Amino acid sequence: MDALASLHKVCGEEHVRPGAAADAVDGVVPAYVAAPASTDEIRELVLVARDAGLRVGVRGASSKLGWGMPPAGLDLLLELSRQDRVLEHAAGDLVVRVEPGVRLVALREQLAPARQQLALDPPEPGATVGGVIGANASGPSRLLYGTARDLLIGITVVLADGTVARAGGKVVKNVAGYDIGKLYIGAVGTLGLVTEAIFRLHPVPAARRVVTVEVATAADAGRLTQLVTDSQLVPTALELDWPDPAGPGRLTVVVEGIEPGATAQAESAAGLLGGGAEITDTVPAGWGQRPYGGETGPAIGLKVSAEPAALRPVLDALWRVADLHHLATAVRSSAGSGVSYVGLGAAADAGRAGGPAVEIAATVIELRAAVAPYDGSVVVLQAPPEVKRLVDVWGPVPAVELMRRIKDRFDPEHRMSPGRFVGGI
Amino acid sequence: MDRDATILDVMTLPVLAARLRAALPARAVLTDHAQCRTYECDGLAHFTVTPAIVVLVETPEQVQTTVRLCAQSGVPFVARGSGTGLSGGALPVADGVLIVTSRMNSILEVDIPNHRAVVEPGVINLWVTREVAPQGYYFAPDPSSQLVCSIGGNVAENSGGAHCLKYGFTTNHVTGAKVVLPDGELVTLGGKATDHPGYDVLGAFVGSEGTLGIATEVTVRLMRRPEAVQTLLAGFAGTDEAGAAVSEIIAAGIVPAAVEMMDALAIEAAEAAVHCGYPAGAGAVLIVELDGPAAEVAHSFADVERMCSANGAFEIRIAADEDERTLFWKGRKSAFAAVGRISPDYLVQDGVIPRTALSEVLSRIAALSGETGVRVANVFHAGDGNLHPLVLFDGSVPDQDVRAEAVAGAILDICIEYGGSITGEHGVGHEKRKFMGRMYAEPDLDTMQLLRCAFDPDGRCNPGKVFPTPRLCGELPARRKGVHPWQEAGLAEVF
Repeated sequence: MDALASLHKVCGEEHVRPGAAADAVDGVVPAYVAAPASTDEIRELVLVARDAGLRVGVRGASSKLGWGMPPAGLDLLLELSRQDRVLEHAAGDLVVRVEPGVRLVALREQLAPARQQLALDPPEPGATVGGVIGANASGPSRLLYGTARDLLIGITVVLADGTVARAGGKVVKNVAGYDIGKLYIGAVGTLGLVTEAIFRLHPVPAARRVVTVEVATAADAGRLTQLVTDSQLVPTALELDWPDPAGPGRLTVVVEGIEPGATAQAESAAGLLGGGAEITDTVPAGWGQRPYGGETGPAIGLKVSAEPAALRPVLDALWRVADLHHLATAVRSSAGSGVSYVGLGAAADAGRAGGPAVEIAATVIELRAAVAPYDGSVVVLQAPPEVKRLVDVWGPVPAVELMRRIKDRFDPEHRMSPGRFVGGI
Repeated sequence: MDRDATILDVMTLPVLAARLRAALPARAVLTDHAQCRTYECDGLAHFTVTPAIVVLVETPEQVQTTVRLCAQSGVPFVARGSGTGLSGGALPVADGVLIVTSRMNSILEVDIPNHRAVVEPGVINLWVTREVAPQGYYFAPDPSSQLVCSIGGNVAENSGGAHCLKYGFTTNHVTGAKVVLPDGELVTLGGKATDHPGYDVLGAFVGSEGTLGIATEVTVRLMRRPEAVQTLLAGFAGTDEAGAAVSEIIAAGIVPAAVEMMDALAIEAAEAAVHCGYPAGAGAVLIVELDGPAAEVAHSFADVERMCSANGAFEIRIAADEDERTLFWKGRKSAFAAVGRISPDYLVQDGVIPRTALSEVLSRIAALSGETGVRVANVFHAGDGNLHPLVLFDGSVPDQDVRAEAVAGAILDICIEYGGSITGEHGVGHEKRKFMGRMYAEPDLDTMQLLRCAFDPDGRCNPGKVFPTPRLCGELPARRKGVHPWQEAGLAEVF
């Protein structure tokens, strides 16, 4: 029996087809695309892949499929759109168990009647739970609630050899055995497939206030961010939006809680931010969006992580380096967390959309050097292949040899999303 | 890696001791049996093993040297911080080296702007908070042993504490570590920033109970002290009423900093020991603490008070100041030791259940106690379903210890049955290895073993802990056939 016939046998002919150009992952077209409906089907597909030596990739809503390096090879692409069930919502225990194809927006709707939420708000449209885990995507509310690593409490995975393994469980407090779930967060599918996830939930606060202020310089942005994070306020988010260094930036603080609590916090925040701070009930347009991609945004997207107090030097370094290479920048920063997203495009005077690949690669490399003193890292999230050929999108990783050893144990034949991760993993 | 011997022969340990002495300061290496015996156990004192060699390390280089020499000799080693662990995680190996990190006790850096501190593993948990309290900060994980337990131990065990309901565990408060791997290599994981590219190896290392390496430096998150803290203590007729109050608080969307419960027997013990003056005749006492912005706390606190009354609290006390708050906590924090007043011996159990099953599980424990005649006092973190049943016995009466252990074990089986965990904060260690196979299926344990093998292919780093049966890393584990035990128990479907 050939591989396609075996795949058909697992999840039915209507759910397996040859790959097309539109299925390409970062330019690599898969031989087959299969849409399994359960952990069992994924396991069976992985066993077929094992026996036929197929290299396996995975996609949810494809909203972050361009992140990472292009796969070194891709024979079977698993599409998780059929695995979109919320399996259990234990409201009294603030826990939810879901399949990886569940979209965050759908989950939000389903949890809303219980006034609960999975406190992850990455902006990629249609993002699925599995994609958020694989890419470690986060949004503004990470300031208060943390990221996937702080919310994922249990996981089911299928390894390259078809082993179905669970770790963690459905109670938040649990130190029995290794926290295997952590390894799968941000692993881009290189350690196997996540087929179920259990998250802790948080109550949806009753009231929200939004405090915004315009900032003229990176120094101001840094100083005000520090004032807020050093205060006894408990903001849900603290975001900086700086679409063009020639103009001003805007700092936004979101506070939530019961009505009088949110009001009191908003007034304190406005006091800290000084004259010009405005209090509203709604977040500004484009809240939490990435400053790249889409119809009109720059083609290149970077993620810069550094010490939270280094906002000013990070911005200064970015603007200086980009200017040197005639690139325009747009920044959206989870300022309180030390994580910034950057859109890079050709400056108005440079002529070519996206900018020459060499200039972009040089910007990334120089920016890495500039933020290194602040424990900084620069990851290229989105870029055309010509840029990815010139620069390692992940950058240097200190413990990469240890990570290779982990990969070798979990996927000795390197068939799970090969080549997409750090150090060629 | 060089290795002189794969099987220990009689000369291996003396030769290793001589090499360690040559490489380290003389005072750092102990081989005298009586001296080594000082380290024969941790907080789980009924298991004892005297290590062949004890090394009192003072620098990261000394840790690296010691681990390298162990690797070259094929000798196993165990790391130990303050030795306060309650699952035997730091239980030594007789033919091995015990590496004690308590002399590595410097706070290397306090970085207030970044809300971080960089500390050595032997630094005591509470020292971090003391160091940064003047600037208005604190280190959130607060295990009951925080006066004496070390950060290195907290990292190994992923320690929690009463306030982890709102603020999370050690894993949520460690952003970086330098770790000596079992082959002696020093790696840097994470740092002061977050979201470093690569696998979250740090996340897997925290809570690995000393089986993946030894942390020589830890970067921790510092939290801003909340603007307001309010604590109340409520007396209820029984645990059902107190549990109902907790359910209502959680359902209202309030996330308390801590919710602690004690049952009648635990209250009796605490009274006898520390005279905490808890409400007379209470069948259950609840301590609820809220913290955060003042306006938020004030309003929610009034709600909590009302919910306690509505669910039958016959007495509610509100801490007027820090002294009263300390008094409320005194009874709770002394509960383990206090049980010594009402029973010659006791076992401290640590299990977790979904919080909503609290009432049912407590009935099951009461029934178990009734059937066996073994008394059980209950102290628990009621907000997150983490139970600490204290199983009482008299070791001088034949068989009582065996029966107490059977009851403690049966309680864990109940936790597993309800989809919970065999440990919420004390760790698996030596003590609970045999329960791992009940909570997890073989493929789950095999997968954990893959991680172990990536770090420690020779199985020399804290061997014999966490996993029920030691496996060689080259060996391909036999595939389990049939259904997962969670499915068998109906949990995978009904949860």
